Amino acid sequence: MNIIEVQGLYKIFGKQPDKALELLKKGYTKNQIMEKIGHTIAVDNVSFTVQPGESFVVMGLSGSGKSTLIRCLNRLIEPTSGSIVVDGKDVSSMSLNDLQVFRREKISMVFQSFAVFPHKTVLENAAYGLKIRGLSATERGQKAKNALDLVGLKGWEESYPAQLSGGMQQRVGLARALATESEILLMDEAFSALDPLIRKEMQDELLDLQNKMNRTIVFITHDLDEALKLGDRIALMKDGSIVQVGTPEEILMSPATNYVEKFVENVDRSRVLTAEMVMKKPNVVVRFPKDGPRVALHSMEEHGISSVFAVDKERRLQGIVMAEDALEAVESKQKDLETILRRDVHTVLPDTPLKDLFALLTGKSTPLAVVSEERKLLGIIVRGSVMAKLAERGTVND
Amino acid sequence: MIEFFIPLADWINVIFEVVNYHISPAMRSFSSFLEILIKQFEMTLLWPPESVIIIIVGLIIWRLAGIRLAIFAVLGLLTTFGMGIWKETMSTIALAVSGTIMSLIFGVPLGIIASQSDRAEKILRPILDFMQTLPSFVYLIPAVMFFGMGKVAALAATMIFAMPPAVRLTNLGIREVSREMVEAARAFGSSRGQTLIDVQLPLALPTIMAGVNQCIMMSLAMTVIASMIGAGGLGLVVLRSMQTLDIGMGTVGGLGIVILAVILDRLTENIAKNQEVRKSLNN
Repeated sequence: MNIIEVQGLYKIFGKQPDKALELLKKGYTKNQIMEKIGHTIAVDNVSFTVQPGESFVVMGLSGSGKSTLIRCLNRLIEPTSGSIVVDGKDVSSMSLNDLQVFRREKISMVFQSFAVFPHKTVLENAAYGLKIRGLSATERGQKAKNALDLVGLKGWEESYPAQLSGGMQQRVGLARALATESEILLMDEAFSALDPLIRKEMQDELLDLQNKMNRTIVFITHDLDEALKLGDRIALMKDGSIVQVGTPEEILMSPATNYVEKFVENVDRSRVLTAEMVMKKPNVVVRFPKDGPRVALHSMEEHGISSVFAVDKERRLQGIVMAEDALEAVESKQKDLETILRRDVHTVLPDTPLKDLFALLTGKSTPLAVVSEERKLLGIIVRGSVMAKLAERGTVND
Repeated sequence: MIEFFIPLADWINVIFEVVNYHISPAMRSFSSFLEILIKQFEMTLLWPPESVIIIIVGLIIWRLAGIRLAIFAVLGLLTTFGMGIWKETMSTIALAVSGTIMSLIFGVPLGIIASQSDRAEKILRPILDFMQTLPSFVYLIPAVMFFGMGKVAALAATMIFAMPPAVRLTNLGIREVSREMVEAARAFGSSRGQTLIDVQLPLALPTIMAGVNQCIMMSLAMTVIASMIGAGGLGLVVLRSMQTLDIGMGTVGGLGIVILAVILDRLTENIAKNQEVRKSLNN
């Protein structure tokens, strides 16, 4: 089941949004409508769904309507038309009272400019949502403290925001949103105002927190690297419409339009692609301890390779057999692979990013083994295939 | 030749006659209630020996605004006592403070209403402009008509004169609170009232305090003019000296007003500043 379902959402800024909507549906372009009646189409027929526990990133340049879109989700901005269903409830038709209850219990928000209250202490800030929800002072104090611990602000409870750095202020903003324990977390360019080092730190911490808490996150950003890093799925916005929705790989590997392609061509792919995406299926393996040197040598000759991985009955990686060792063993009439099996094989996990593979591959003639956490052999990586994958998209662009 | 004449003066007179006739009785009782309050306040200030008042005022100001202003206040009050205008000074304080309190009681809520609704602001703005630019002597007349000569009429005139800055600056202060702050409050489900009390008013406080400060200054200024309709106090000292061309006595009355003005101005300024400091420092 989807936790957020947005269908045909429009937001038009101007005095007669209905008239503009009519024109838009008749096929007028945004520029024509702007010229004709001076209305801005901020969100244009947007539909998407978000699953529970998913990190959904909406990414676009400034003016693409992404901030308006996220504010429609909790109706800080009233949508012009369309439906927003959160957890089975229609947000767009809620009364003011229901809406306030919805905001208190279901959804919380982190802002680009932090928006922490300067006249409240760090603890009071973190407890704000709980205070509005009507919790007693002791109860909300406890929960707010826990949230502050989570974001690493233990010991700062009695300070005022003015005494904190930007990064720490945003941690307060994050703690305020986490303290309410709402299922959905809206993050509007939450890290954009931070300097790069702090931003990276916060991204990593958010990923960590997300692993522990598994909230549904809708994250707005203009930074593609951030989107690729944080998003389970990414929606790319342009001029108020969503151009493409997909996993980071889908966006990178098969951009839907020229616009998306332009957008992603500057991404350092080696940071996004993973071992899993460049590995080859291990067609040739020898069984250890069942197979002998002769079998190993034979399959290497057959496939024209100079080494072969050895696995046990459960396909767990045992080591690698080199062609020259196998040849020697056959000549000296050895029966098993025990003596020639090299066990110091370099292994990587399937989600290891490509950039970490280069160092492991440099100056080695043997391929890398991609193994699962249980050391099951999943695939092999040779240098050539990594380079090929990196070059692959380059040629498409040219 | 075109004959064109707007008999505004006649219209206003007729309107006031009618209004005055119908609401006069109610006004009289309200008026006598206010009169008792101001008189009580004045008597409270005059009842203990002067030295006691000076010491108490000194201590309060020391607590609120520091030792320097406290010393100035004590010396200033001693000067008024020395010049023989103690009674008038106390009377002026009573009227100015009552005027300020009444102005704030009406002004701050009006400012809050104006900040919450653009329509209310649109309606209030010309009224405030009118109240502020109309020469203050003009509304001495209706004040007397409604309340009769005396302190209550003076209080009413003071309110009309001193209320606009309180309304304006309250409205401005609340509207100036950044959109993101209000958005954050709303995003967590705050109602309008909760947003106002928890976020907007505390953040608008420095601006509101500037309004309070203005309000006090204008009340004080008005007490001089209002001496013409029976406000008494230092204004009366100045008025009499004007009528008798007694420059010496005029200076004494004027100096008394200046001393009060400086004390009250610095006091409110310091209270506002202390709140600021508390915000940015750890307790």
